[in-house]
Amino acid sequence: MLLKTKDNERIIVPGVPADLNDIQNGYKSMSQKGSIKVKDLNFYYGTLHALKNITLSIEPRQIVAMIGPSGCGKSTLLRLFNRMNDLIPLTRVEGEILIDGVNIYDKNTDVVSLRRRVGMVFQKSTPFPKSIYDNIAYGLRIVGIKDRHILDGTVEKSLKRAALWDEVKDHLGKSAMSLSGGQQQRLCIARAIAVDPEIILMDEPCSALDPIATARIEELMGTLKEDYTIVIVTHNMQQAARVSDKTAFLMHGQIIEFTKTTDFFTKPSNKITEDYITGRFG
Amino acid sequence: MSRQDTSDIVFRRILAVFPISILILVAGIFYQLVSASLPSLHKFGISFFYNSTWDPVAENFGALPFIFGTLVTSFVALLMAVPIGVGAAIYLAEYAPPGVSKTISILVDLLAAIPSVIYGLWGIFVLVPCMRNNIQPFLGKYLGFLPFFQGPNYGVGFLAASIILAIIIVPFIISVSREVILAVPSVYKESAYALGATRWEAIFDIVLSYGRVGILGAVILALGRAIGETMAVTMIIGNNAVITSSLFSPGYTLASVLANEFAEADTNMYLSALIEIGLVLFIVSIVVNILARVLIWSVTKGPAEVIK
Amino acid sequence: MVSYQRSCGSDQMKDVIHNAYNRTRTQRFLWNNAMVYILSLCALGILCILFLILFHLFVQGISSLNLNFFTHLPKPVGETGGGMANGILGTFTLLGLAICVGVPIGLGAGVYLSEYADQRFAQTVRFMADVMNGIPSIVYGIFAYIVCVLPMKGFSALSGGFSLGIMMIPMISRTSEQFVRMVPSQLREAGLALGVPKWRVTVDIVIPAALAGITTGIMVALARVAGETAPLLFTAFGNRYWQHSLTQPIAALPLQVFTYAISPFDDWHRQAWAGAIVLILMVFLINGWAQFYVMRRNRWTSGK
Repeated sequence: MLLKTKDNERIIVPGVPADLNDIQNGYKSMSQKGSIKVKDLNFYYGTLHALKNITLSIEPRQIVAMIGPSGCGKSTLLRLFNRMNDLIPLTRVEGEILIDGVNIYDKNTDVVSLRRRVGMVFQKSTPFPKSIYDNIAYGLRIVGIKDRHILDGTVEKSLKRAALWDEVKDHLGKSAMSLSGGQQQRLCIARAIAVDPEIILMDEPCSALDPIATARIEELMGTLKEDYTIVIVTHNMQQAARVSDKTAFLMHGQIIEFTKTTDFFTKPSNKITEDYITGRFG
Repeated sequence: MSRQDTSDIVFRRILAVFPISILILVAGIFYQLVSASLPSLHKFGISFFYNSTWDPVAENFGALPFIFGTLVTSFVALLMAVPIGVGAAIYLAEYAPPGVSKTISILVDLLAAIPSVIYGLWGIFVLVPCMRNNIQPFLGKYLGFLPFFQGPNYGVGFLAASIILAIIIVPFIISVSREVILAVPSVYKESAYALGATRWEAIFDIVLSYGRVGILGAVILALGRAIGETMAVTMIIGNNAVITSSLFSPGYTLASVLANEFAEADTNMYLSALIEIGLVLFIVSIVVNILARVLIWSVTKGPAEVIK
Repeated sequence: MVSYQRSCGSDQMKDVIHNAYNRTRTQRFLWNNAMVYILSLCALGILCILFLILFHLFVQGISSLNLNFFTHLPKPVGETGGGMANGILGTFTLLGLAICVGVPIGLGAGVYLSEYADQRFAQTVRFMADVMNGIPSIVYGIFAYIVCVLPMKGFSALSGGFSLGIMMIPMISRTSEQFVRMVPSQLREAGLALGVPKWRVTVDIVIPAALAGITTGIMVALARVAGETAPLLFTAFGNRYWQHSLTQPIAALPLQVFTYAISPFDDWHRQAWAGAIVLILMVFLINGWAQFYVMRRNRWTSGK
């Protein structure tokens, strides 16, 4: 029996152990779901001090763009949000990153669960060599969901949200590799959405796509914003200006400026930001 | 100037003889095998392949027991070698620290360099007694309800030969599979992680499926090697031309009958029948080899292309 | 049993996933951790087999490795003692003959493929060379039998060397082509710019520059065929005495190991192990020297 409290607080199901996970899964009220707070974060690749004293706060259901010259650390920072940098040896994190109020770099964090709640879309689209259906269903299958109704429903919902349903609904059994580049990227977004994340990270998702495919994905981001927090790293300043609510500018591992996008591009408070935007250096 | 041109042309013409001789060799081998097996081909035709009598005295030759033996030993060997080989390859490519991975790869290459006759020697004096005294009684006792593990236990036989074959082919499976897995770009693995997969799930569900074509190629290459393997198998298969369901039984393979009987063949028909077996081995190994290379070649050009 | 509702509203979906995750979590992590051990066991198991084989070789054979072994001929059947001196010498002889057949053709083919051939021809030849690599060695024995033994009306060292030599051709061709191709084009251009004809540039400049790699390739191929027994079974055939001419049957180390191993005599078994040690040392040494030689040459050419 599902017990639900009026303001959608934590659901209690008999028999399921209430463990640390519940709290860390951010099972709190809707209003906090999908917030990121970075506190005095320093990140090292071995001895290289890649990110310096980053402090940053991202509200739920916003789109935040991170821009900056190559090597400034924006991708590195992005990958910290789902602890993807753990895969690289000799890295060290100092400071805290709170997602929904819980520090994800705490020793007891369930990283597998975290990565499900914070989805990621990569620069190169990465469709699995399976059917379209199996791609989307993968995230659900690995947590043990086998019920066909749930899988069908989720696949349809995710593909609809990713604006791909109409194009593939009759071909769900086809291999995902047969889709075009733009379609593959939307597939990857649908795949990430299927496991119901709170936050979606995008690492230069459009850099390998043509302008039309790019436009479709940017349009998609606008609708996704209603349910997810989106953090996007991009090389393209115009894209940041088009899609984001707030923009962060990084250089040499530090945040130079982080404000509302409209202010960022019209009246930046920092001289370096202005130089970068106007193309005085790249 | 023209003297240099002439000398260049002459040199090139002479040098071209050498690569052409490679083509001639392959064609020549095929031609000689066919023409020497013509007597047998004419006399027995297709029945050569389903006749199970091999009687040099009566000059009645049917190769079915040998075909059976080759297929059984190769298949059982693959059954053992593929999981262990791919497993070891995954360990080396994904889990082992780089120094360990390199060292073990070198040791695996060492295993690949051991001559077949030495495997056979070790097989006769170490493996076969172990089979006779320990392994086969054990299997017979606990799994004896299966027809594979019934029958008299001599030590030599299909099972022993399959085990030694598995040991011989495992290094090939490991080295090629390891290359294939290493070639899969890490961004695919990261995509799996990003969906909340554990390390093993990311590797098994995703990396392996990207690499499956290449690994299949490795397996087929190993199969080709197993089919043609002669000395080690000859030394421990027991040399008994039968078709049976018992893995404990002594058997015979295509390569073994050649090794054992070729030097003693006294009649033309006998020789011709044996050479026909050689022809079969030749053709099968070529087909298998081509298949494997096509698969592996398509992967090492770049995984993205192959999956299309 | 918790029943899931059909419509997947966002909150309900979160519950569904959350509950399913908790349910399967332990099992997933158990598998994850177990696989590390299982996989490393696979690798370990294979190493164990390697060491087992080497261990037995050493233990069984070392006692029979004495001076007699290297200097004496086999004793008549049934008598103990004797050695494999003729086998060792025979193997060297056969390898020498094999080099005479395999190196010219293989090297010539490799150089041609690298320097002169057009794409289609090169692909065809390379493909055929790959095909040759996959042919079972006993088939080469049959071919040598038909082409050498039958016309010569008898087994001989020549036919044995021939069978080993043609096995070496595809290997040497591939490695030679590789290393000749790796010679920087500046060297060729420098030679041509001096007005030297292309063939002299190839012979005097390119091939010497690639010599380290070519030699390595030849040695690796040599190590491969040194251990081959099957093609020798009915070409070289084996000989219990010294041979006096190349047109006679000749003893070879792997052949002798084979014959002794399948014999019923304990003394011969011990000698088989000893012969196996010598054989494997030969193979490992040739391989090892090939790698070492290349490393040394590389360091030399890179100016260390």
